[in-house]
Amino acid sequence: MPTKNSRQKKSSKSHQINNVDKIHLNRGLAQMLKGGVIMDVVTPQQAILAEKAGACAVMALERVPSDIRADGGVARMSHVKLVESICKSVSIPVMAKARIGHFVEAQILESIGVDYIDESEVLSPADNDFHIIKNDFSTPFVCGAKNLGEACRRIEEGASMIRTKGEAGTGDIIEAVRHMRTINREIDSLSRINSNKLKETAKEMRVSIELLKEIQKIKKLPVVNFAAGGVATPADAALMMQLGAEGVFVGSGIFKSSKNKTDQLLMAKSIVLAVTNYDNPKILQEASRKTMGSMRGNSVMSLNEKEKFANRGK
Amino acid sequence: MKKKLNKKIIIGVLALQGSFTEHVTALKKLKIETLLIKEAQHIDSVDGLIIPGGESTAILKLMNENKITHILKKYILNGLPVWGTCAGAILLAKKVTGLNKATLGVIDIEIIRNAYGRQNDSFKESVRIPKIQENQFPGIFIRSPKIIKIAKDIAIFGKIRNKEIVGVEHGNILATTFHPELSNNLRIHQYFIDKIKS
Repeated sequence: MPTKNSRQKKSSKSHQINNVDKIHLNRGLAQMLKGGVIMDVVTPQQAILAEKAGACAVMALERVPSDIRADGGVARMSHVKLVESICKSVSIPVMAKARIGHFVEAQILESIGVDYIDESEVLSPADNDFHIIKNDFSTPFVCGAKNLGEACRRIEEGASMIRTKGEAGTGDIIEAVRHMRTINREIDSLSRINSNKLKETAKEMRVSIELLKEIQKIKKLPVVNFAAGGVATPADAALMMQLGAEGVFVGSGIFKSSKNKTDQLLMAKSIVLAVTNYDNPKILQEASRKTMGSMRGNSVMSLNEKEKFANRGK
Repeated sequence: MKKKLNKKIIIGVLALQGSFTEHVTALKKLKIETLLIKEAQHIDSVDGLIIPGGESTAILKLMNENKITHILKKYILNGLPVWGTCAGAILLAKKVTGLNKATLGVIDIEIIRNAYGRQNDSFKESVRIPKIQENQFPGIFIRSPKIIKIAKDIAIFGKIRNKEIVGVEHGNILATTFHPELSNNLRIHQYFIDKIKS
């Protein structure tokens, strides 16, 4: 049995600040992003457009998920120069993706100074067994989850924010809905079980009983939970918010909605508006009216299990 | 303004983006009724307003989109008690370095966005707030702005490291560059409530 992450080095910065404070500050940044939209961008120009549209953060990556799906090949961390130029182009927080388990990509992203690292199933996983030990970093991480067990495991590894995995790059919302509903249902069912059953559940989920007790008490995850994977319209975004998401990631949904920049900006603005006013059908109608059509997409039903990004990283 | 000492007050929390639920939770602990404000017409029903932390560019954009900016400015100039935390402080400031759009501009200070750097430079620091006899308020600074200039008539509300101004007050307006809504210390929330009631 190999030692868990035997070669992962501790981040040098993580010693300067105590751990409790670090967790507080990193979870706190996610709290500041709530009610907002985080947009995938592949160029500084797109980042500027996203900021102009009212995005609360951008996610820097080399290809949006729908292109990764179409092109195939190995999807890795973005080029350092690209991440750097996106960081320089906007004043809002910049996130960037590292492969699951690829702690060196994460170390590089941390040394660039990105504000958040997404350990993402959208990229090709680098480790079949282990995720990054995120507690060793000072930069906060967001991770995807399909259910409460995955969410809890990621939190115990040090994730400061969770998002549904959904099925990125499809423009099909069904998986994000499934994941959000599953997490909600599992949190809800925690409230009805006794301490013996809680121990069993903790064992099944491979997480600590303390974390489950905390969730049982506060009736939500102890970190912010966003929706991601398949959001393609203002209505999709508002649907996720009504299901309890605290904010929304939009990947291919904006820059694949049209080739025209004005249309892309309209889509971006409309999704921002829809997330804030998610419970107001009149404003949602206006927001939807302004868009010029959404990405064509790719029904999740047409994918086989191997093609699903959500199956990566358990 | 009428005396409200015994009157039940309602505090509005601007709920366009950011940490508005944290402010609501803090106020609920102090038994204060709250109202989430997303549209201009709701401002009329509150006795005070909190502008929460979040992304100032996103909040400003949504304020303009939901046609709140002008109306809110009018209310504040007419004396509505208002408190901005972090992004909220940016939106209240007259001059913002690094933001080329008009804010509410109701308090004569100059502020720089993300002045301390990126997330890895976020920090905790004790804030000295003489007005509430607090020497060690747990200041949480997340990608915080920095107040670099204040007009003569603006009162200093809080300082860190004996020099940096992190809170200012002027009449009905209070601005802090940190996040009391993320700490368990409710004393600034209580101070704001008392301010509304007096």
